[in-house]
Amino acid sequence: MKKNIGIENDSPRVDAVEKVTGRAKYAAEHRIDNIAYGIFVCSTIAKGTILSIEEGPARAAEGVLDIISYKNCPSTPGYEPLLADGSKNPKQWWGLKVLHDNIVRFYGQPVALVVADSLENANGAAQLLNIQYQSEAFETDFNSARKDAAKLKTSGNYSRGKANAIEEAVVKVEGEYTIPVEVHSPMELQATIAVWEGDDKLTVYDKTQGPKSMQGTLARLFAIPDKNVRVIVNYVGGAFGNALRGWHNVPAACIAAKKLKRPVKVVLTRPQMFNLTGYRPQSWQEIKMGASADGKFTSIVHNAISMTARYEDFREGIVNASRFLYACDSVQTSYKLLPLDVSAPTWMRGPGEATGCFALESSIDDLAYQLKIDPVALRLKNFPEVNPESKLPWSSNYLRDCYEKGKELIGWSNRPQVPGSKKEEGMLVGYGMANGVFGASRGQASVRAILQDNGMLILQSAVSDMGPGTTTAMIKIAAENLQWPLEKIKFTLGDSDLPPGPTQGGSTTTSTLGTAVHLVCEALKKSLQELAQMHLEDFKNVEIKNIEIKNASIVSGDINVAITELMKKAQKSSIEITKDSQGTNAQELKHATNSFSCHFVKVHVHPKTMEIKIKEVVTTADAGKIISENTARSQMLGGVVGGIGMALKEELKFDHSTGQIINASFAGYRVPLHTDIPKTTVWFVNKPDPIINPIGAKGLGEIALIGLAAAISNAIYNATGKRVRDLPITPEKLGYKGK
Amino acid sequence: MEKFCYQNGRRDFLRKSGTLAAFYLAPTMLVKALPLENVIPVPAPKEKIKLIVNGVERSAEIDSRTTLLDFLREQLGLTGTKKGCAMGQCGACIVHIDGKRMNSCLSLALFNNGKTVTTIEGLAKGDELHPLQEAFVENDAMQCGYCTPGQIMSGIACIREKKAGSREEIQRYMAGNICRCGAYQNIVDAIASVQASGKSV
Repeated sequence: MKKNIGIENDSPRVDAVEKVTGRAKYAAEHRIDNIAYGIFVCSTIAKGTILSIEEGPARAAEGVLDIISYKNCPSTPGYEPLLADGSKNPKQWWGLKVLHDNIVRFYGQPVALVVADSLENANGAAQLLNIQYQSEAFETDFNSARKDAAKLKTSGNYSRGKANAIEEAVVKVEGEYTIPVEVHSPMELQATIAVWEGDDKLTVYDKTQGPKSMQGTLARLFAIPDKNVRVIVNYVGGAFGNALRGWHNVPAACIAAKKLKRPVKVVLTRPQMFNLTGYRPQSWQEIKMGASADGKFTSIVHNAISMTARYEDFREGIVNASRFLYACDSVQTSYKLLPLDVSAPTWMRGPGEATGCFALESSIDDLAYQLKIDPVALRLKNFPEVNPESKLPWSSNYLRDCYEKGKELIGWSNRPQVPGSKKEEGMLVGYGMANGVFGASRGQASVRAILQDNGMLILQSAVSDMGPGTTTAMIKIAAENLQWPLEKIKFTLGDSDLPPGPTQGGSTTTSTLGTAVHLVCEALKKSLQELAQMHLEDFKNVEIKNIEIKNASIVSGDINVAITELMKKAQKSSIEITKDSQGTNAQELKHATNSFSCHFVKVHVHPKTMEIKIKEVVTTADAGKIISENTARSQMLGGVVGGIGMALKEELKFDHSTGQIINASFAGYRVPLHTDIPKTTVWFVNKPDPIINPIGAKGLGEIALIGLAAAISNAIYNATGKRVRDLPITPEKLGYKGK
Repeated sequence: MEKFCYQNGRRDFLRKSGTLAAFYLAPTMLVKALPLENVIPVPAPKEKIKLIVNGVERSAEIDSRTTLLDFLREQLGLTGTKKGCAMGQCGACIVHIDGKRMNSCLSLALFNNGKTVTTIEGLAKGDELHPLQEAFVENDAMQCGYCTPGQIMSGIACIREKKAGSREEIQRYMAGNICRCGAYQNIVDAIASVQASGKSV
């Protein structure tokens, strides 16, 4: 199969061998002497209080070391809402304080941690607790509760242009869009191993996207200095947002280990993963769009409600893209939260923008049919020359290149003009497309470079890599900057003791960390040039600007001295430099910085069973310069798979009479499998962004998924003439009535 | 609560262990509270097992409730075999038992007494990778890497069992191996390339 268009085959992911040999160590896999195992026992009511926990047989069971619940959970500084002087504790733990009190806030909330000397003993004893509850009335049904305005919390309104533009529009479409709860479900289970040295030194092996931020979180929880907490995360087995924060397993493991004076490992079970590590909140959206007869957008009204926990507000950018992805003078958005008796949601890949773009991009498709204008042509007609919300010029926006290449690669000319009018191999054929957009930003990061006298260049930063290939990309940035051989560069991450790096999320790692790598390489280059002038006879009179570094040598014209030689002459066993890169934002840059994607999809739908088969996907992106083609392409392929899940398969289901999740397993919660995956082609604009950072890279992780569900839905509409606005799209929703 | 009582020695245990295993393997959240009167927790029987793992004979005394997966990971430290669900639904824990692929989370360690087990750690010969491991590297058939060992063990079985004749056939045979990062296309490419190379797996 064709690899990729326009990109040569690339060098492999640097940690690929570790991963294919099983040597890569994930959080739960560190060997710690005398480790104990903690298992959560979870509530079997959705709301109320725990009346009693009868431990009898469990505490007596073989190997059981402790059963920690609200009854005996040690006092933990970060759990205290007030300080000793009665003022509010500014360093309070964010979110649910697990094992802290006897209040049950959602079904499946951890209410006890059974700790034993083996996994089997812990599991066995966990079955033996007898917990009595006092239940209270609860509410988990989003779709019924959202109709009661009194239950909603306003979370931001936006308006520009004429408030009544929609009423005056010549051509109008409107629709309500609903998306169920979707769950990240990375393959690695959430896991923490906590090891205390005395009372104030903690080492944690944790599955986290942000070792540095986790270090701070734990230091605050136990009121100990940051430097006394070490967080180690060598590998992350997927996360997609769910490891952006510490979940219940983190404090539980640390509290238990401290209490027992023994290392404790807490690994969630797969069913627990479905409501203890966040999820994409269920949402309702309404979009009204108006256009002139020739297809110029005159009005966009986008209202959204999303679910949150009663104990914690979670909001995301559901309506944001509607304000700036297209030129339109009048735009009104509103966003509300609906607190329910459920666990807390969190950012899931593409976050709110993926939710919002499903509605926005489906609506534009509706409008295209009404106007009888090709969907790509309609988007071109409304291409914004500047960001219409901030009025700032784009740092770069090559969506038009994406349209052109995507159309060519998918064979857009074969798209039937009339929905449901074309068949192929007995199947209805449809083509659809949709856009994705996400903010491209640059935060603060610090990277240390250590050049050893054997010519190895070690780069270090306290970040983690959940799979996109950060290590690989950073090595490539350094290799290009210093013209250094790839195999002589190492990137060390996953340890909070290293210079502070960003949390991996929001498509910012390459931009943020890459800039710091660039800066440290520039500094190293300068230092080597000066060293050459000082210590090498041949370079004494050469101007700095004429001294180059190539292939781990220092070069000027015909003179070529190996770096190892230079370091020997200079009597340096190593050179160490640390550089900080400050973050920036659109206002400072005076440009709107965004990544863009455009996805094209071809589907087959069976005319009788309405079975949906995605035949082909072409996914294109303007993510600035592509640093590592190989891993970037994989990230895009992954976005397509995630989008297929969102569009056709994924839905977490509740039994609203008990508040229990009823499909908390891979058998019940359907994720895309090998058999769901069509031929997929990835194409990158691959033009550097001149503004956002010195390396020219924007972000990729989110836009890979944002827009895909709409592209699939639009293709299904083109095939069948049926518009489904309620995800996932199933044969039943397309009208299949069963046999 | 007969389930928790070990009375009549090994044979009786084995007869009951099916129930015990089913109970024990059921995820905590899904199990309804037990009536607790008369429950006296009895230590789980210890069993001696001997099996060959990656060519090395391993003897151990184990808690009879230990799954093969937990035995490999927690006791032998062979963490290359991954725990993704412990319910036989994701394929991350696939190993070869006497040459056949198996979800190691679904098999109690003691059921494998005397058997030969190959895990991901047993594929490479020193620095020389197995052809499918090499193909995974070349095709970037991974992102986070967590499902990768299971995909490779399953992929080898796919080729060995002559189920890699077409992309569709590979997809069907690999459908029990979930990859959440979405490396599926590259995984199929990797398996197809080894199949096409005719290399022995």
